[in-house]
Amino acid sequence: MNFKLKIWRQKLGNSQGFFSDYLISNIDPDTSFLEMLDILNEQLVIQGEDPVAFEHDCREGICGSCSMTINGRPHGPNRLTTACQLKMRSFADGAEIVIEPWRAKAFPIVKDLVTDRSAFDRIQQAGGYVSVNTGAACDANTIPVEKESADLSFYAASCIGCGACVAACPNGSAMLFTAAKVAQLSLLPQGAPERSHRAIAMVERMDQENFGGCTNHGECQAACPKDISIRFISDLNREFITAQAKKIYGKRASRRS
Amino acid sequence: MALSDFYRTTVGKKVVMALSGAILVGFVFAHMAGNLKFFSGINPATGSYKFDEYGCFLRQFGSEIFGYSGFLWLARIVLLLALVAHAISGISLARLNRLAKPVVSQGARYSSANAASRSMIYGGLFLLLFIIYHILHLTTGTLHFRGFVEGSVYANVYNGFLSFPVAFFYIFSMICLALHLYHGAWSMFQTVGLTSSLWDSRLKLYARIFAYVIFLGFCSLPIGVWVGAVAKPNADVKVVICQ
Repeated sequence: MNFKLKIWRQKLGNSQGFFSDYLISNIDPDTSFLEMLDILNEQLVIQGEDPVAFEHDCREGICGSCSMTINGRPHGPNRLTTACQLKMRSFADGAEIVIEPWRAKAFPIVKDLVTDRSAFDRIQQAGGYVSVNTGAACDANTIPVEKESADLSFYAASCIGCGACVAACPNGSAMLFTAAKVAQLSLLPQGAPERSHRAIAMVERMDQENFGGCTNHGECQAACPKDISIRFISDLNREFITAQAKKIYGKRASRRS
Repeated sequence: MALSDFYRTTVGKKVVMALSGAILVGFVFAHMAGNLKFFSGINPATGSYKFDEYGCFLRQFGSEIFGYSGFLWLARIVLLLALVAHAISGISLARLNRLAKPVVSQGARYSSANAASRSMIYGGLFLLLFIIYHILHLTTGTLHFRGFVEGSVYANVYNGFLSFPVAFFYIFSMICLALHLYHGAWSMFQTVGLTSSLWDSRLKLYARIFAYVIFLGFCSLPIGVWVGAVAKPNADVKVVICQ
């Protein structure tokens, strides 16, 4: 198969980026999208050109590294897959493919298709943890967990933090990511003691990182390779409101004794 | 203070949008339902237009407690506060959202965002202008220009809509309102965390039906005037003396 690639090139974060056209030929239909980029880069290196920088790691759809917008869609045209799981047979022979980095204020471009997504790490650090005492691991099932909650928590935990939700959102909002990370812990008894702090701290951090607000377009859930639902956003909103209400009214009760 | 910390976050602003929006949604529905009295003709017992009597009723409502038109003014103050809160938080959110997305992907394709969800800020700003015009048109009569008489609600509405540009502008504004509600009436539940797997799709459907009902209800007035479904205002019909 032959393709006309239009790839965003940017030397450094502060330099001017531009689209560069590349022709690539003799690509096997079963080549993955990232392998196709590898082939392109080999050719570029032979020609003495700067290869296209892109992030990748597991190449099996679980690490969330391969962040790129393909033809206007994060991770490309197929649903529930990451860019590394995309095969070239998904495109028509001779098609033009536009490849871009995630576009969001909170994800500054490092080089070409690589963005700095450490803002996600800082949201996680703000409250996406449970405090447990170290020591011998306790026996399994010591703390009973409701089956429904455990399943829902697992579902939320399938978020790989790739950032497609932010890239897809017209507001560059990180609500889906934050909602999944909050839900994953707050649904479990181990996460319950810190739930108020978690909801407030993670939402505040999210805002500080220049992510936009949620306007319920639902683009994030459509782009999410792990099918995280925007119902988690509704849950986060409720969690956040409850936490704020506790902050406002809870103090009075505690001072009376 | 905790409350200002709350408002400072995007979620806090959205909650303000949802709660003020809920007040406005309630008002819009009551306003639309009241407007349908336009079609109820003359009250045979009093010889006045029922629509005029309804206008008087709104002024007299709760007068035992709040005095004449006291409740009406209370409602107006609440609505104004809700509108101001809705507009301020909406504009500030739209600003933040724009800043968060300085570059849009080439050929970005939307799969679930629709015209309604994408036009909330524009439709909202337009509705703000419409509300100002609408009050000057049919409440104060400042921009009526067709023999506005305070208290003659039926005649004022009828004569107002006889002007084609006015009727057209009104219907266009109602399209904006319906679009705003199409997304907003569902969105407010999502924002305060009142959606669940059971509710979600049904709630969206109800919100959409609600938007259509509001649109058809309001538009029935100018259309009713233009197709002649309602009688021309008669000068012999008794004027309601409201106090």
